[in-house]
Amino acid sequence: MNDRAIVLEARGISRAFPGVQALAGVDLTLRAGEVHALMGQNGAGKSTLIKVLTGLCAPDAGQIKLLGREVSLHSPQQAQRLGVSAVHQESHLLPNLSVAENICAGRYPRRSWPRGGGIDWPETRRRARELLGRLGIDIDVTQLAGGLPAAVQQLAAVARAVAGDARVLILDEPTSSLDTDEVQALFRLIRTLRDQGVAILFVTHFLDQVYEVCDRMTVLRNGRLVGEYACSQLDARGLVAAMVGRELAETHKSTTPAPDTPDVPAALAARGLTRRGALKPVDVELRKGEVLGLAGLLGSGRTELARLLFALDSRDGGEIHVDGRDCRLEEPADALRLGLAYCPEDRKQDGIVAELSVRENIVLALQARMGLASFLNRGEQVALADRLVAALGIKTASIDTPIGQLSGGNQQKAIIARWLATNPRVLILDEPTRGVDIAAKQELMGEVMKLAADGTAVLFISAEIEEVVRVADRILVLRDRAKAGELPGGASEDAVYSLIAGGMTAGEA
Amino acid sequence: MKRLAQHALFWPSATLALLLLVNGVLNPSFLAISWRDGHLFGNLIDILNRAAPLMIVSLGMTLVIAIRGLDISVGAVVAIAAAVAALLVGGGFSADGAVASRYPLWFALGAALMVAMICGLWNGLLVVKAGMQPIVATLILMVAGRGVAQLLTGGQIITVYYPPYYVLGSGFLLGLPVALWIAALLWLVLQLLATRTGLGLFIRAIGGNPEAARVAGVRAADIALCVYTFCGLAAGVAGLIISSNVKSADANSAGQLLELDAILAVVLGGTALTGGRFSLAGTVLGALIIQTLTATIYSLGVPPEVNLVVKAVLVFAVMLLQSAEFRALVLRTVRARAGAA
Repeated sequence: MNDRAIVLEARGISRAFPGVQALAGVDLTLRAGEVHALMGQNGAGKSTLIKVLTGLCAPDAGQIKLLGREVSLHSPQQAQRLGVSAVHQESHLLPNLSVAENICAGRYPRRSWPRGGGIDWPETRRRARELLGRLGIDIDVTQLAGGLPAAVQQLAAVARAVAGDARVLILDEPTSSLDTDEVQALFRLIRTLRDQGVAILFVTHFLDQVYEVCDRMTVLRNGRLVGEYACSQLDARGLVAAMVGRELAETHKSTTPAPDTPDVPAALAARGLTRRGALKPVDVELRKGEVLGLAGLLGSGRTELARLLFALDSRDGGEIHVDGRDCRLEEPADALRLGLAYCPEDRKQDGIVAELSVRENIVLALQARMGLASFLNRGEQVALADRLVAALGIKTASIDTPIGQLSGGNQQKAIIARWLATNPRVLILDEPTRGVDIAAKQELMGEVMKLAADGTAVLFISAEIEEVVRVADRILVLRDRAKAGELPGGASEDAVYSLIAGGMTAGEA
Repeated sequence: MKRLAQHALFWPSATLALLLLVNGVLNPSFLAISWRDGHLFGNLIDILNRAAPLMIVSLGMTLVIAIRGLDISVGAVVAIAAAVAALLVGGGFSADGAVASRYPLWFALGAALMVAMICGLWNGLLVVKAGMQPIVATLILMVAGRGVAQLLTGGQIITVYYPPYYVLGSGFLLGLPVALWIAALLWLVLQLLATRTGLGLFIRAIGGNPEAARVAGVRAADIALCVYTFCGLAAGVAGLIISSNVKSADANSAGQLLELDAILAVVLGGTALTGGRFSLAGTVLGALIIQTLTATIYSLGVPPEVNLVVKAVLVFAVMLLQSAEFRALVLRTVRARAGAA
C-alpha cells in the first residue's frame, strides 16, 4: 500500500497559541486513493492541524508539500485552488440558495458577452447534476439547500468541496449529526471519491467508523505525533491507548439495581406529555438515584421529550410532577427553580454564550436561580468555577478565557459544570458525549454514575446504544415520536435495537 | 501604556480629550471655568448640562442594545413626556398675581414618567410578546408617538409658567447643574445593578446568545420587558429636563433625532451593536463627545447651513479614530513607510 502516490506531505508542523502549544512537530502523509483517519482526544491538535492544512492558520514551523512541491498556504481559497478542500462538522451550505447554486458558488459559469455576460443558470444546473451523478448522489439540484435533511446537505457539501478537482479532501467530523443510514450514504460517497483517486483525511470520534472506512491513521496526543498506523495493525483497544496514553478501564455500571420504592414519589414524572408534531403522549417516571436511558433514532422524539420536560417548548397536553407535586412548568426558569437541569444537544446554539468567560458560563444557571436579590460575588464565582474546572478536568488556559475558545469537549464539560453548580435533583443530559473524545466520554459517564449514586435522578439521552446500555438502570425506547417500550438495565444492545427497529418484543405484542 | 490603551474606555476618553484640546487651542477661553451667581460657569459646565438628557437617554439605550434590541422611539417619548408634564404643570398668573401650577408638581412629573414607562412597556411587549423586530416595533411609536404628543398639545407649543419646574433643566445643586446630578445618579444606580447583582451577567448572556440564556434559566423575556420599560422611563426623564430647560413643550421638535444621537453615543462608548458587550461609563463619555462636537461647531462659528455637514465630518473622524481596524491599517502603513525609508 505504501507504493500509492503521496499527495500531501506535512513535516514538523508546529503552532502555538497564547498559553498552549497546539502542535509540536507533527507529520502527516496523505496518499492518493486512501482514506486516512486523524485521531486524538479533544485538544490533541486535530483542529489546528486541519486549520494549517486549509490555510486558515499559518504554522510557526514545518513545511507542507503538495505533489512533491513545497507550498505555503495562507487562505482557504488558495488552498482550494491548490486542490485542498475541507468539509466541516456542520455543513456550510447557504440555506437560501438552491443545491446547484451552492455547488457552483464562486465559480458560476458565465454567458458570453453578446448574450449579456450574466450567470448561465442552465449550465450551472447541468454542471451540478453532472457532478452529483458522477458521485452517485441523487438530489434535485433546483431545491433550496435549507429544505434538505442535514445528511443530504452534508453530501452536497462534500460534492461542492470536490467540485473544483480536489486532490485532498478533509472531512472534519462529518458524521457527528448523522444517524446510521445517513452515515452509510456518506461512506458510499467517501469510497467513490477514494476510488477516483482523492486523498481523504477523515476526522471522527467514532472508532467503529474508522475501522469501517479508513485504510490508515495518524494519532495525535497533546499536540504531538504518536504515530502513523495501518488500520490493520492497530485494533480499537490499541488505538484508544495510543490516543489516551494509558490503558482505559472501561466504566461499567455496578449491577445493583436502583432500590424499588414505589411509595416514594418519583423525582420527575410526566403523564401524557405531548406536543403536536413533536411527540405523541408519553409517560415517563424518573426516580431518585436512577439513570434512565432514552434511546431512539434521530427524529424519534428524544430531544423533543427532553425539551418538553424542561419546559423549553410548551406542551399541548400532559402533566409534569416533581417530587409528587403537580407543577406549573411554563418556562426553563421554572424548571430550574424546581431543581431540574438540562444539558442541551446543540451546545453552540443552546448551551454556551461564546464571548462570556468559562467562569461566567459556569455560574450563569446558579445566578439565574438566585435571581437579582442575591449575588455571587467575584470571589464566590472564582471558587465555584475553580472547583468545577478541576472536578471535571476542563482544559482551559484560565477560567477567564472566553468559552468560545475552548475545544468542543471542554465546552460540553463546562455546560455540565454549569448545571452541577445548581445541585440539580433531576439532570437531563441530551447527547452529552456527542463530539467528545473517548477519554472525556468515559469521564463524563463516570460522572453521571457518581451523580446518580449521590441521589440525582438522571435522564441520559444518547444515539449510541452501547453507551445507554452501559449507564442506564432502565431504558426507555422511542420510535416515531412515541414510546416503543421499556427495558430493564443490563438489557442487550440487540434488545434495544429490535425495539428501535420495531421488532416484536414482550412489551409490545 | 499598552495596558492602558487596551482598556475599554481608553479610546472614548482619548477622543473626548482630543476634542477639548482642539477647542482649547483654537479658543483658550473655551476651557475656562469660573464661579458666578452661586454656581460654576463656563463652556464645559454648559456642555455637561446640555449633555445630561442625551446621557440619560443613551444609558437606557445601552441596555436595550446590549440585549440585541434597539429603541428608535426615544425622541417621540421625550416629546410625549414633555407634553404631559407641561400640560399638567401648566401654570399661569392667577388673579392675585401669584404663580400656581394646574396640578401639584409631583403629580405632573409622576404622571409624565408613568406615561413614558407605558411607552417603553409597549415597545417591550411588541418585541418580546409579539416577536417583532425591535427596529420595526419601535418605529411604530417613533411615528405615532410624535402624533400623540401633538394631539395632547393641540399642535401648539405649551409654555410653562411655573418657576419650580425650571429647576430640572436650569437649576444648580452644589455648584453643578441639577440635570447632571440626575444623570450621574442614574448612572450610579445602573452601574451598581450591573456589577453588584446578576443583572449585568444576565444582560450580557442574553445579548451573547439569547437561546442559551433562556436554557440556562435566565428569564430573558421578563428582563427584556424591564429593559425596554426602563428605556422609556429614561426618555421620559430626559423629556422633563429638556422641556424644563426651554420652559415649554414643543411636540414637533422636542427630542427630534435624539434616537440617532443616543445610538451614536452608545456606539462611541464601546458597546457592541450586535449585543452582549456593553459599557455604561463608555456611553456617558459618548454622550459627552457628541455634545462637545456640537459645542465645537458653535465655538468655531460654523455657519448654520453647513453645520450638519461639519458635524458629519467630525463624527466620521471620531468613528475612524475609534475603529481598531482603521488604527491597525494606519499603523501598518506608517511602519511600512518607515521600513522603506
